[in-house]
Amino acid sequence: MSDARMGSIPAGPRIKGKLSRDDLIMRGSMIVIALYLLITMVFPLYAMMSKSLSTYKFDLAAYEVQVSGEEGTVFSDPVTFAELNETQEALHAGDLLAGSDGRLGVTQFFPDFSFRSPVNYRIRNLDEDGRFLVGSKLIDNTDWLELDSNTFRRVQLRPKKDIGLGNFTTYFSTPALSDSIKNSVMIATISTIITVTLAFWFAYALSRSCMRFKGLFRLIAMAPILVPSLLPGIALVYLFGNQGMLKEALFGASIYGPIGIIIGSVFFTFPHAFLIISTGLAISDARLYEAAVSLKATRWRTFWTVTIPGARYGLVSAAFVVFNLVITDFGLPKVIGGQFNVLAVDIYKQVIGQQNFEMGAVVSVVLILPAILAFAIDRFVQSKQVALLSARSVPYQPSPNTRMDWIMFGYASLVGVFLIGMLAVCQFAALVKFWPYDLSFSLNNYQFNKMDGGGWAAYFNSIKLGLLTAVIGTSIIFFGAYLVEKSNGFRTGRTIFQMFAMLPMAIPGMVLGLSYIFFFNNPDNPLNVIYGTMTILVVCTVTHFYTVSHLTATTALQQMDREFESVSASLKQPTLKLFSRVTVPVCLPAILDISIYLFVNAMTTVSAVVFLYSHDTALASIAVLNMDDAGDIAPAAAMGMMIFYTNAGARIIHLIASRGIVGRTQAWRKR
Amino acid sequence: MKKLSKVLGGVALAALMATGALAETELTVYTAVEAVDLPRYKEAFEKLHPDITINWVRDSTGVITAKLLAEKNNPQADIIWGVSATSLLLMKSEGMLEPYKPEGVENLKKGFYDSDEPPYWVGQDAYVGAVCVNTIEAEKHGLTMPTSWKDLTDPMYKDMVIMPNPNSSGTGFLDVSGWLQIFGEDEGWAYMDALHENIARYTHSGSKPCKLAASGEIPIGVSFAFRGAKSKSEGAPIEIIVPSEGVGWDMESSAIVAGTDDLEAAQKLMDFAVTKQANEMYNQSFAVVAMPGIAKPVEHFPEGLEEAMIDNDFEFAANNRARILEEWQKRYDSKSEAK
Repeated sequence: MSDARMGSIPAGPRIKGKLSRDDLIMRGSMIVIALYLLITMVFPLYAMMSKSLSTYKFDLAAYEVQVSGEEGTVFSDPVTFAELNETQEALHAGDLLAGSDGRLGVTQFFPDFSFRSPVNYRIRNLDEDGRFLVGSKLIDNTDWLELDSNTFRRVQLRPKKDIGLGNFTTYFSTPALSDSIKNSVMIATISTIITVTLAFWFAYALSRSCMRFKGLFRLIAMAPILVPSLLPGIALVYLFGNQGMLKEALFGASIYGPIGIIIGSVFFTFPHAFLIISTGLAISDARLYEAAVSLKATRWRTFWTVTIPGARYGLVSAAFVVFNLVITDFGLPKVIGGQFNVLAVDIYKQVIGQQNFEMGAVVSVVLILPAILAFAIDRFVQSKQVALLSARSVPYQPSPNTRMDWIMFGYASLVGVFLIGMLAVCQFAALVKFWPYDLSFSLNNYQFNKMDGGGWAAYFNSIKLGLLTAVIGTSIIFFGAYLVEKSNGFRTGRTIFQMFAMLPMAIPGMVLGLSYIFFFNNPDNPLNVIYGTMTILVVCTVTHFYTVSHLTATTALQQMDREFESVSASLKQPTLKLFSRVTVPVCLPAILDISIYLFVNAMTTVSAVVFLYSHDTALASIAVLNMDDAGDIAPAAAMGMMIFYTNAGARIIHLIASRGIVGRTQAWRKR
Repeated sequence: MKKLSKVLGGVALAALMATGALAETELTVYTAVEAVDLPRYKEAFEKLHPDITINWVRDSTGVITAKLLAEKNNPQADIIWGVSATSLLLMKSEGMLEPYKPEGVENLKKGFYDSDEPPYWVGQDAYVGAVCVNTIEAEKHGLTMPTSWKDLTDPMYKDMVIMPNPNSSGTGFLDVSGWLQIFGEDEGWAYMDALHENIARYTHSGSKPCKLAASGEIPIGVSFAFRGAKSKSEGAPIEIIVPSEGVGWDMESSAIVAGTDDLEAAQKLMDFAVTKQANEMYNQSFAVVAMPGIAKPVEHFPEGLEEAMIDNDFEFAANNRARILEEWQKRYDSKSEAK
C-alpha cells in the first residue's frame, strides 16, 4: 500500500482508499492477535534458542591465590590459576568447558599439595561476578579468604556464563545423546510406514467396499484420539510385559524399547492417518474407474493407476503428519521406551533429571529440525494438490462383491480388535486389585487421592483446562482466522499472521513447554505472574493446537462468499455485526469442531504442559504419566480411561449439540 | 471486538486471581514429600501457628529441584520442605538458601544438619537404599536371596535386576554415590560394570523398581526401604534386603529460600521441623529420623537399617555430581539396543 504511494509516479491528484473505522478496528484486532502469537510462541522460542547458546566455562584468570611457606604465615605473591596452569599444564582448553553445574577442584594446580601440610592458602575472586565454593558455601565477593590446606582442598571453582556453540559440540560428541537422533528418526519412519499402510487399507475398506458396520468401524478408528499417547504404552506393559497376558507372543523379545514404541505409535497415530487418507479416497471420480473397466484393466492395474494416484496427496500428507507426531511424542517412549533413548525423552531427562536446561534447549533445537522439515515438505506437497473433483466428476459408488467385502470386513475387524483391545486391556487392568497375584475386581485403583500425581483434583483441573481452552481458544482462533480471511488490503500483515498461525504445528510440545519456562519465568518479564497458573496452561495449549484449528476455521470461512462483506458495507453495517449475526451462525459447525478438537487435545496433552503445571494445576494426563513413573501402573491406566470416557462423553454432547444447533442455524443449507 | 475484549479481560482476570493469593501469612512450600503425608504436617503446624497457612507445591525431587533452579532469579517458594539434602547442597552452592539456626537444632544427630554456622539446611529423616526382592518370582526362577551388593552381580540374576537411572532419579544417584564411597572410585565403577550386565533396564523414578518387583514384572528392584515397606504393607510378596556392605542414603531436609517475603513465618516452620513432635511424625513413615531416641520401629522396615547406613559425604556427592553423572551416562546410557 504505502509503496504505491511513495513510488515515483508523476504528481497528480491522489486517490486514497480511505480506511474506514471498520478497517481500523479489524486491523487493530488482527495486530492484537498477531501480538498474542508473537508473545506466546515467537518470543519463547527465541528465549530457548538463546539458552541453547549459553555455555559455561571456567575462567582460570578470574581467581588469585597466595601460598604460604611451611610456617604458614608468609605468603607468596598473588598468582592467578591461569598462570599456574601455564606452568603446570594441568588442564587443556577442552577441560574448561562445563555445564551450569560444573565444578573444578583447585588442588590439581599444586603438584605438591598435601592436605596434612601446615601450608596455608589465600584465595579471592578478581571480578565482582566471580564465584567459587568452599565445600558447598558460595563465595562471590572479592575479599581474600585464608584457608588451611585441609579446607583448601574443598575449594571448587564455578564456571562463568559464556556464549557459543559449545553445547552443540558437547551434544554431538556424546554418543549417549546424539544416538537419539538416529533412534528417533528410525522409530518415526517405521511407525509411519506401518500406520499409513494399515490406515490406507482401513480407509479403502470403508470407502471402496460394501462391507457392513462401516459406521461402527469409523467410530472405532477414531477412539485412540481420545486418550493420551502414553495409554497404549500402559496397555502394552499388561499385554507383553514380563507378567503380560500375551508375553509369549514376543518370543522372548522385550516390549520395553523400539517394539513397544512402534506398536504404541501405530495405535495413537492411526486416527490421524485414517482421517487424512479417507478424505483423499473419498474424492474419487467414478468415470476413471469406468474408463479402466472399459479398457479391460485388471483390478490390480486399476488400483495402481487410478486409486493410488488419486490418493497420493492424502498418503504423503498422512505420512508426514504421522512422522511428526511420532518423533515429537514424549509420553509413549517415556512409558515403554526402556533404555531406548529418543529425543523427546532426552529433553525431559536433561531438564528434569539433571537440571541441565542448556542441554535441554540444545536437544529441543535438534528436535525442531526434523519436525519443521516434515512440516515444510507437507505444506509443499499440499500446495501441489490440484482439484481432482471437477464439476463433471461422478462420485464413485462401490458395488457389492461378496468375497472382497468379506476380506475387507475381516481386515477391518482385525484392526478394530487391535484398537479396542488396547483400551479394553487398560480398563481391565484398572479394575484388577493387584496384577498378577490377586485378580479379583476392585475400585482401589480409582482412589487417586491416595497416590502421587494430583488425585481427583487433577482430573477436574483437566476438565477446567479443556473447557477454558475450548472457549478461549475457539474465540481467539476463529476471530483471528476471520480477520485474516475477510479484511481488506493489509497484505503484509495478513501474510505474517498466516505464517505465525502455521508455525505452532511445527513446534513439538516439549519444545514449546520448555521455551515457556525460559520466557515466562524470567523475572524481567512482566508476564511472569502467569507462571505456575492455569492461565499459562491455557495459553500454552491454545498455542500448541493453534494451526489445525486455524485451518479448520479458514476452510469454513473460505466457503463464504466475500460478497457478504460487500453487502454489509454497502448497507453501512459494521463488519463486527456481520461477524456476529451472519458469519458465526453460518460457520457454527466448524466452530463446534474447533472447540471439541481443542477440548479433547487439552485433556490428552502431556508434552507441552509437563514443564508448566504446578501443584494447584496438576492435570489428569500428567497424573497418568506421574503415576506410571512412580510404578502405580494400574491407577495410571484407571486415570487414562477416565480421560477416555470424558472425551467420549464430550464427543457425544458435541454430536447432540451440533445436531440441535445445526438444525436451527443451518436449515438454509437444505432446500 | 466485544468478544476479543472479553477474552482479554478473562485472561487478565485469571492472571489477577493467580497473583491475588499472596496474603501476608501464606507460605509457599516446595516439597517432595509423599502426597499422603502432607496434610498431617500442615495440620500440626497450622495448629501451632493459626496465622500462617501452608501452600504445598509438591512434585518429585528431580522436578522440584529443576523448578527451584529454574526460578533461581525469581524464587516462587518461601521455604523448601522434605527435599533431598543433595539437592539442597546444590542450591546452597548457588547462593539460593537463607541460613537460619532453628531453635533446638543441636538436639539433632550430628550430620543431620548443615555444618555451617548458622546452618543452611536441616535434615528431617533419612531415606535409605534397599533392595526389594519378589519372593514368588525368586522361587519361580530358582533364585537364592541376595544378601550383599556383590551378590547382585551373580550371572544367576541376569536381566532380573532393575534400578533407577541416576540421571533422572535422586534414589539412583544415592545408590551410585553410595557404591563409589563404599568401594572407592575404581572398584565402584567396576562393580557397576558388572551389575550393568544383570540390569534389565533403568527406570526414571526411584520408587518404580520396588513397585515393579512387587508386581513381579522384574524380580529384584534396587529402590529404597521406605518404598519397600509401603509395598509390603499393601500385601506385595516382597522381602526387603539391606546389603551387607552398607547402603547409600539421603535425607529429606528443609531450608529457607533466600529472598522470601515471609522470613519470620518461614523460620517458624524451620523451628517446627526440628521439634520432637515433627520428628515423631516423620517416624510414621521413616524408620530413621534426625532426632536421636525418637524413632520407633516402623512396620515392615528391615532390621539393622540405621547401622547399615554409610558415613555419607554429601559434599562429595554434590561437588562430584556432574562428573559422576557424565561418567555414568558414558558407560551405561549409550546402550541403545533393547535388552
